[in-house]
Amino acid sequence: MPGPLARLLLGGLFLLFVLFLYGPTFTITILSFQGPDGGLTFPMNGVSLHWFARLFQPQAVGDLGASMTRTLTLAAMVTASTVVISLAAGMAFRRRFRGSGVLFALTIASLIVPSILVSLGIGLMFNMMEWEPAWYSSAFGAQLTWTLPFGLLIMFAVFNRFDRSWEEAARDMGATPWQSFWHVVLPIIAPSVVGIALFGFTLSFDEFARTLLTAGSGNTLPLEILGMTTTVTTPVLYALGTVSTAVSFLVIGGAILGVRLLRKKKGF
Amino acid sequence: MPRLFPWLQAAPLALVLAVFLLVPVAMLVIVSFYDYDSFSLIPAFVLTNYREVFASFVTWQTYLKTLYFAGITWAVTLGLGFWLAYFLAFVVQNQTLRTVLFVLCTVPFWTSNLIRMIAWVPFLGRNGILNGTLLATGVIKEPLEFLLFSDFSVILAFVHLYTLFMVVPIFNTMMRIDRRLLEAARDMGAGFWQTLWCVILPLCKPGIGIGSIFVVVLVMGDFATVRLMSGGQSASVGLMIANQIGLMQYPAAAANAVVLLAMVLLMVGAMLRVIDIRKEL
Repeated sequence: MPGPLARLLLGGLFLLFVLFLYGPTFTITILSFQGPDGGLTFPMNGVSLHWFARLFQPQAVGDLGASMTRTLTLAAMVTASTVVISLAAGMAFRRRFRGSGVLFALTIASLIVPSILVSLGIGLMFNMMEWEPAWYSSAFGAQLTWTLPFGLLIMFAVFNRFDRSWEEAARDMGATPWQSFWHVVLPIIAPSVVGIALFGFTLSFDEFARTLLTAGSGNTLPLEILGMTTTVTTPVLYALGTVSTAVSFLVIGGAILGVRLLRKKKGF
Repeated sequence: MPRLFPWLQAAPLALVLAVFLLVPVAMLVIVSFYDYDSFSLIPAFVLTNYREVFASFVTWQTYLKTLYFAGITWAVTLGLGFWLAYFLAFVVQNQTLRTVLFVLCTVPFWTSNLIRMIAWVPFLGRNGILNGTLLATGVIKEPLEFLLFSDFSVILAFVHLYTLFMVVPIFNTMMRIDRRLLEAARDMGAGFWQTLWCVILPLCKPGIGIGSIFVVVLVMGDFATVRLMSGGQSASVGLMIANQIGLMQYPAAAANAVVLLAMVLLMVGAMLRVIDIRKEL
């Protein structure tokens, strides 16, 4: 084990890294409260809620309410689908089946193909088929190619550590496969399932590369932000960043808190 | 019936990947041979798109630049990520503290990546905090220009966004190292560095491999970071593709996409020869 000095150095490195991670988040949060005459950089020119108010005027962001609703709906769809599909596939992969190797390779490939290429490919596909791309169809599929591999990999990690004797016990007591899944397997792996959901939400809520060519006419919030980075030169951008951070804090924090409460109630 | 079970369970995954990954990639390959004018795609089989990729000096430069970004970012995130994982796995002894530190590292990711990139501007700019502080303390006399809208700021943003992708897999493999091995190494008279080099590092190889795949793939396909952080001074293949898409030159973009995809697959294939992902989870 490293000596006291080395431990101190490593601790210092970690501290610096955390500061490095938080620096930008703090900067934008502070600067979003910039006074009405303030700019994109320090110093603060007074403190106000001016830029938050500006956010809700139609000309600042395309239409904040609509794009926020779209983003949250899409994130909910992606989260739910990711949980169900990767849970099912994770169960399937516990046994060898014909084609399992190919499907696994395909899943890893999905992780490796750069986002912008998925976006371009799906955009071209919809173009060729003369389908209208939309956030709930093409963008939804594009995001699933990113969240599903993560979901499946988490399922692998879970089932590699899963004690099969629980299931055998359930079967010995006469449980059907469905009963043993619902009453035995699912409660045991529940924390990881919540993990998959949070992963899916985080990845979807912030995704712009995969939605770039697939969102159709209705922009999602990250696409609005991407557009604003080149055109907007006022702290309204930071205000939007602060709002989107607050929303993801609420959702993720709420989910974690909910799970804890549920567990306490059940007495785990 | 039970024999069909796994297939039914895996079918949704297979369906999604077939429709939204396989077909689109096939589309990229097909369209990369198409011809085009300023209005439309012209179905054809021409090699002009690929000829443009390989014959242009600028394109070669862009590919090299992308590899350069990937290489430097990989080296920095690996160096940083390894020691951060080491700290979490071997220096921190308390499981609760470990969890708290991890959550602490993931919270910033709840802010949009784009916004977090933009947030470097007030920090690194000519009149930014860093230059201001350095000028005030007398370390420098002129503001440093290379801090923002340069290769430096691009790589800084990459390191900022992707180091955690390296830390998590390395940490995972470190936690699975049997602590008795380390004791054994010490009993046999190995020092800190010897233990690190001969015991810990070889056992961390899978984590390093997985982290490296993440970082390399993310950097190779990036367009937004290079666009925002280089201020138009630099290019990457992803950005080139995004620009061609903006100009509606889909076949040209598709040709670049196919070349980029081939490159990424080769690199990942080489890394996968060293590790077996499925066994390491």
